[in-house]
Amino acid sequence: MAETIQIQVNGEQRGCRAEATVGDLLRELAIKTERVAVELNLEIMDRKDFDHRSLKQGDRVEILSFIGGGAPVDVQGKGRGFVHAG
Amino acid sequence: MQDDRLIIAGRELTSRLWVGTGKYKDFIETKKAIEASGADVVTVAVRRVNITDRSRENLLDYLDPKKYTILPNTAGCYNVEDALRYARLARAAGVSDLIKLEVLGDERTLFPDTVGLLEAAKILVKEGFIVLPYTNDDPIVAQKLVDIGCPAVMPLAAPIGSGLGIRNPYNLKIIMEMIKVPIIVDAGVGTASDAAFAMELGADAVLMNTAIAGAQDPITMAEAMKFAVYAGRLAYKAGRIPRKLYATASSPIEGML
Repeated sequence: MAETIQIQVNGEQRGCRAEATVGDLLRELAIKTERVAVELNLEIMDRKDFDHRSLKQGDRVEILSFIGGGAPVDVQGKGRGFVHAG
Repeated sequence: MQDDRLIIAGRELTSRLWVGTGKYKDFIETKKAIEASGADVVTVAVRRVNITDRSRENLLDYLDPKKYTILPNTAGCYNVEDALRYARLARAAGVSDLIKLEVLGDERTLFPDTVGLLEAAKILVKEGFIVLPYTNDDPIVAQKLVDIGCPAVMPLAAPIGSGLGIRNPYNLKIIMEMIKVPIIVDAGVGTASDAAFAMELGADAVLMNTAIAGAQDPITMAEAMKFAVYAGRLAYKAGRIPRKLYATASSPIEGML
């Protein structure tokens, strides 16, 4: 069995195959890469690098996209009720 | 008014009503309300993708970016650093260089922190963003934003989501007279007459979210707003009569018995 590493994705710990790329992670999560922004250890990635950057133990990945403001802010973990999108 | 186009940073826009996409029941209602409003600029927020429930659909599956100008905002940012981070993420997500810049000063009022706003705007303009700043109804700050390089300014009518309408028409009027870039009145509109009033004052466009999404029937309110903005624009272009204290008869005296 392939070696696994621990990474953090959108604030949650998860296991990941060692040597997997950011692109592999997005595919595993069934996230379409168009209109998605990825921040890796606080640095915004160029989408051209998704398939070239391998994930390392302890990497912190943030995957963001566009939403209407009406969803409760549980995704942010701040619990501030509504976000306005005006 | 076929050729009454609004042009911002070289982009030609047909609608003078811009709408937010928050607070709707679901994406179907969002889409129907936006269609009823006739808006072609829609604002969106940037947030974490839900990775645990991938069945949740994406807003942009409902809003064709070819049909609408998608205007990401930095809503929820209370300092310059966060606003810059969200603006850069919005651009990285690949829609455009447009950003509706918000740097909020306080959770209760959601009033802009104009000091932070000017600082963030300066940095983002340098990075090539088309910065549309959400600001106070302060003509001096509005002018500073223009000097920095913002191609439009978005002063508030009243606190976000308050529905209080145009609280300071005189300041807004001064902004519209002083500032040589398009002015989009943003936030605080409660009902159709507020939107018409903003346009009659000379606003180039009105941006709203809660007034539509929070109405009992959002789709009908979206339509009402479309007509209100259109009527207000026509009235502004037509030029209203001056206010007078006393009557002036409309029917001629001549020919009376």
